[in-house]
Amino acid sequence: MNETTTFEVRLDIYEGPLDLLLYLVKKNNLEISDIPIARITAEYLQYLEMMKELNLDIAGEFLVMAATLLQIKARMLVPGASETEEVDEELDLLKQKLSEYQKYKEIAGVLSRKASDFAGYTWREFNPGFSEDDYSLEVSVFDLLQAFRQVLAELPQEVKEIIYEEIPIEEKIRQILDLLKEKSFITLSQLWRLQKSRLAMIVCFLAILELARLHQIVLRQKTFGGEIRIYRLDNYGNEHPQTN
Amino acid sequence: METNIHKLIEALLFIKGDPLTVKQLQEIIGEGITPEEIEAVIKDLTEDYARRESPIEIRPLAGGYQMLVKKEYFPWIKKLYKERLTIKLSPSALETLAIIAFKQPITRSEIENIRGVEITAVLETLLEKKLIRICGRKETVGRPLLYATTADFLRYFGLKSLSDLPLPEEVSGAGEEPETTATEPVGEPSEPE
Repeated sequence: MNETTTFEVRLDIYEGPLDLLLYLVKKNNLEISDIPIARITAEYLQYLEMMKELNLDIAGEFLVMAATLLQIKARMLVPGASETEEVDEELDLLKQKLSEYQKYKEIAGVLSRKASDFAGYTWREFNPGFSEDDYSLEVSVFDLLQAFRQVLAELPQEVKEIIYEEIPIEEKIRQILDLLKEKSFITLSQLWRLQKSRLAMIVCFLAILELARLHQIVLRQKTFGGEIRIYRLDNYGNEHPQTN
Repeated sequence: METNIHKLIEALLFIKGDPLTVKQLQEIIGEGITPEEIEAVIKDLTEDYARRESPIEIRPLAGGYQMLVKKEYFPWIKKLYKERLTIKLSPSALETLAIIAFKQPITRSEIENIRGVEITAVLETLLEKKLIRICGRKETVGRPLLYATTADFLRYFGLKSLSDLPLPEEVSGAGEEPETTATEPVGEPSEPE
């Protein structure tokens, strides 16, 4: 049974622990000022667990944050300790960091809007010289993880995976691209429903990440926590710079 | 005489592929022209182009002025050059730029402290794209490099200056959706097949 990790795919997550915390705060409609530490810690660890299961490259920062959260939580559990200055200080520091980071995230949003307002203007010798490895993923990895978690929960429990089957990621990539040939977009939930086993889902999830990285697809969401749609990027492959 | 100055400034703006500053124009034209006069001429030209509905637009950018081709011509210009002309920056690149824009000059570890992630690769990309530059070293232990934004940064986002951006103190905090704008991908006009 050492064959279970044959589809090891390493993907870097550009979002960090602060993104995950902000994501959880937002998802639960909380304010940074009054985070319920125990609950947030539990959810944070759940996401970390999922990321581990998917073989996502978890940066050390995620673990450091987990340790910090657990430490704050543990100190709070000590009778009479909730009022000690140490707990307050560390929690305050975390909150401060979160709200500062959130502000810059919003300015990044402003920048992104400014860039799309201005995009399309050209000038003499116009050549921004961007390479193909720039990409955009408009849905965060955490949105995908959240969607993935829902599906796993919906999966029929009586299904037993007895037979070992290998599902190459290439096959899933082909399946997604084939589906997108016929339609302008498919929703993530439609795609999940086509997957028959937990393993198929995991490979499918990794295929989506891989396709997004290669910018063959883009993922979009109208509202926070809403339905995620997958679009194919047109004429991929014709866009590499050509020598004239 | 006045028309000559108009034509001269128009010619200079036409030939230059980067924003031209009033100061540069003043140095070139010389002979007692004031910055105010130059600004007035540029204003005339800008209005003139707009009135004629010219495909060219004169726009204040990155501390100067530049002639740009309006965006509605982009689909054809893209065909002319046959290469990828626009690209969106990743959220992580945008966040890094937002921090540098307000905290410059700033070191890598100071940025990492705010973002909570390692950013070496992002910085390399931004440097390579000339959106940021190394502007010195901080006189602390290890003398780390300091980073600042460039004029290309302002132009990429269509900004006159950094003051076009809201201050960190001004943004609401728990505000609206930042990244997920429900627009078509830039530079991928949805042409029906």
